[in-house]
Amino acid sequence: MSAPVEITHAFEDVNLAKLEMSLRSPRTLASAVLSAVAVTASLVACVPLVSVLAMLLYRGGSRITWEALTALPPAAMAAGGGFGNALVGTVTMVGIATAISVPAGILAASFLALIGPETRTASAVRFAAKVLTGLPSVLAGVFAYGAVVLVTGSFSAPAGGVALAVLMLPTVILTAEEAIKMVPTRMKEAAIGMGATQSQLLLRVVLPTAMPGILTGVMLAIARAAGETAPLLFTALFSSYWLLDLGRLNLMKPTASLAVLIYNFSSAPYDNQVSLAWAASLVLVVMVLGFNIAGQVLSRNRHRR
Amino acid sequence: MLQDHTDQIADDMIEGFADHGRPPRATTEDIVIDCRIERMYYGGFKAVRDTTLPIHRGSITAFIGPSGCGKSSALRCLNRMNDLVRGFRLEGRVRFLGRDIYGPKVDPVAVRRYVGMVFQQPNPFAMSIYNNVAFGLRLNRFRGNVADRVEKALVGAALWEEVKDKLHTSGLALSGGQQQRLCIARAIATEPEVLLMDEPCSALDPIATRRIEELMLELRSRYTIAIVTHNLQQAKRVADRTAFMYVDTSEGGRTGYLVEFGETGQIFEDPRHAHTQAYIRGEFS
Amino acid sequence: MSSATLGFGSRSAESIAQPPSTSDRVVDRLIRLLTLGVAWSIIGLGTYIVLQIAWVARPAVARFGASLLVSRTWDSNRELYGLVPAIWGTLYSSIVGLVIGTFFGLSIAIVLSQDFLPTSLEAILKNVIELLAAVPSVVYGLWGIFVVIPTIRPLADWCNAHLSWIPIFGTPLRGPGMLPAAIVLAIMVLPTVSALSREALMAVPSKIKEAAFGLGATRWETILGVLVPTALTGIVGSVMLGFGRALGETMALAMLVGNANSISVSLFAPGTTLAALLALNFPEANGSESQALMYAALVLLAITLAVNVVGTAIVNRATRRLRGLK
Repeated sequence: MSAPVEITHAFEDVNLAKLEMSLRSPRTLASAVLSAVAVTASLVACVPLVSVLAMLLYRGGSRITWEALTALPPAAMAAGGGFGNALVGTVTMVGIATAISVPAGILAASFLALIGPETRTASAVRFAAKVLTGLPSVLAGVFAYGAVVLVTGSFSAPAGGVALAVLMLPTVILTAEEAIKMVPTRMKEAAIGMGATQSQLLLRVVLPTAMPGILTGVMLAIARAAGETAPLLFTALFSSYWLLDLGRLNLMKPTASLAVLIYNFSSAPYDNQVSLAWAASLVLVVMVLGFNIAGQVLSRNRHRR
Repeated sequence: MLQDHTDQIADDMIEGFADHGRPPRATTEDIVIDCRIERMYYGGFKAVRDTTLPIHRGSITAFIGPSGCGKSSALRCLNRMNDLVRGFRLEGRVRFLGRDIYGPKVDPVAVRRYVGMVFQQPNPFAMSIYNNVAFGLRLNRFRGNVADRVEKALVGAALWEEVKDKLHTSGLALSGGQQQRLCIARAIATEPEVLLMDEPCSALDPIATRRIEELMLELRSRYTIAIVTHNLQQAKRVADRTAFMYVDTSEGGRTGYLVEFGETGQIFEDPRHAHTQAYIRGEFS
Repeated sequence: MSSATLGFGSRSAESIAQPPSTSDRVVDRLIRLLTLGVAWSIIGLGTYIVLQIAWVARPAVARFGASLLVSRTWDSNRELYGLVPAIWGTLYSSIVGLVIGTFFGLSIAIVLSQDFLPTSLEAILKNVIELLAAVPSVVYGLWGIFVVIPTIRPLADWCNAHLSWIPIFGTPLRGPGMLPAAIVLAIMVLPTVSALSREALMAVPSKIKEAAFGLGATRWETILGVLVPTALTGIVGSVMLGFGRALGETMALAMLVGNANSISVSLFAPGTTLAALLALNFPEANGSESQALMYAALVLLAITLAVNVVGTAIVNRATRRLRGLK
């Protein structure tokens, strides 16, 4: 047996002092600086949200009164007034948009995820939905202008609803498709093994199971639609009156909305109207954030199961 | 009478009209499913060949063999669940009560009403226990007392005592063994002619497994059961007849085929084929 | 009912199992056809939208030809229209907004994916960014008018007073202008960039990160030298989609960019964008002006379609490539 090899001259080159972290080393310094920059940037990015919320509460909060929520918009130099009709208009048009886009979106998603997932039609639908996701909201307005306003002859709430539906549809389709795909395969197998037809599988098992996920998508889509302005400029314009004609409901005329009111009043030279714009913004943001948070809570509850 | 009834079911499958069904007579030694798989493909892959065997009424038939020998594939042919796999093709025929379920006009949905299945992973629906069991009843437009049938099925699956006070809680909240018994209750609620079980205990602990094996023995007289299992002891304990399958690699692929079929006692104590003997002795699994 | 009276052990007098009834089958076919029909309608809708916009723009294209793409005047009285300032403004504001937004978005993506913050702060940051995306554009516009413009005015005045020889500081800030618009645009774009870049960074297999650390790289050498290049395709895709979003953004820009039909390199000069032009002028447009605006809509559609299709393709390629790395 040979003598054990002696390891000499092995670690003499290591400078133990340099093992310690020191800001004098340029590489460490650079890394620390970049970390500071990145974290600072992240904190700075939070400032706008805080600022927006603060301004809304400060300038809008004081203007929220029962009158503000229920009265008609004030004339140019008048005091008082409110955005009651705009609130009703937003709810109406978002309601119409939801009624159009949610059933259609769920049916389309059912096709994509269950009935015909690997077909060429499905690929085409997914592509169309992804492209529609990027459609500028203005153009949704232009489309609805051509498709509804020019056809019916007037600016109207349904026209606004159609424009908003076009904006909601891709979100509903894509999130509903994901929610349906998340239904475990073995659950679908169980239903098929019991002799369910595809529709029975869809209606009795898949959709009920996927509903929380679908509703999350719907909430997010509603939140987005409620805040849209540009599409309504082409379809519903604005109005300083209620949606009534001699006491009877008439949706086929220009309709007020919170978003357009904010837009119109933001550049008004009258303080009263500007402060109403802030108040309306507060109400709108509360609505939008409410739906957003509701959607996120729904999706978190689902994962807890 | 029995012949009338089987004709009726066969006609139902083909015409798809739900007019009536007459009670099956129990326990006559009778072949419910006559399975004859000449060749079965998934696309270009030949999964099973030359597997011909009868499933007798009121008995338990076990499929055993090493992994990859096609026993699950063969089982799934019996209720046309293989239709869900892309590229599936069967050469041969599977006669259920005399009619070939792979015939040109047969609706697989109708077949599955009569041939139920319990899967390896328990798969209750995301509904209450009650609605899980009632699912098949509602699917089949049952006009009688649903609650009674639900109770009967849960009793039959040996789950009633444990869940009778929480029928409206979620089925997913049960333990694994309970979920599997729920799936069995769900399957037997509509009293199918045949119950297929694809390794029903492999995801369960030994105690839950034992309960389900006892359950199978209780169900045997009233239901016809075909079970795939990789647990030899289980097959020995519960099955009346056993089919041993093995893998044929001679053509370069892995094709399963039936090696030997017979009474369980004979297969385990006096296996005739060399492969069977080796498998029973535990030389491979 | 007790199990005894239920006749435990016996099969029922009538078989429960039934094949699907006629109405079951009819309903099944109807519903399947319905889903197929709706699917086809979605494809049809997409096509319809593109065609409808083109159709509405047709008279303008026939009438003005390519002149709108090269002219700079917008005079509705003399019926002379030109989109060059709008196109310029769209690209300029989007690019500046995108640069700012990408810097912040990427920083946030890195901070969130590389464990710079304790978990509780991470959750807060993530929620704040999501909420940033939820605020409606018109509210950002309102905030921009009353907060952003007054806040940057001192800085802008100083830059204009002392650095006006640099073209981007060439004009004074008289209110709405490119920079306020670009800042708000950055805020609106950064959630998109941040979320998708974060996904791209988190998709990088940890063994690559471990390899870099194992070789003695500092944290940022790893991030900038290894992680970002690996995730680059996904990051670029997120930037493209952010770009697409910026191009289509309407209200905040309409309220902040100044609606001036001019071209300028100065950050403080007012300008206009295609979307803002549409939104601002349409409500009061007369015949020929609304035709010209439809032409602008078509141009906007073409640009955003192209950017979004390319962006989606890049993001898809990125996810596919990284799957291969695992």
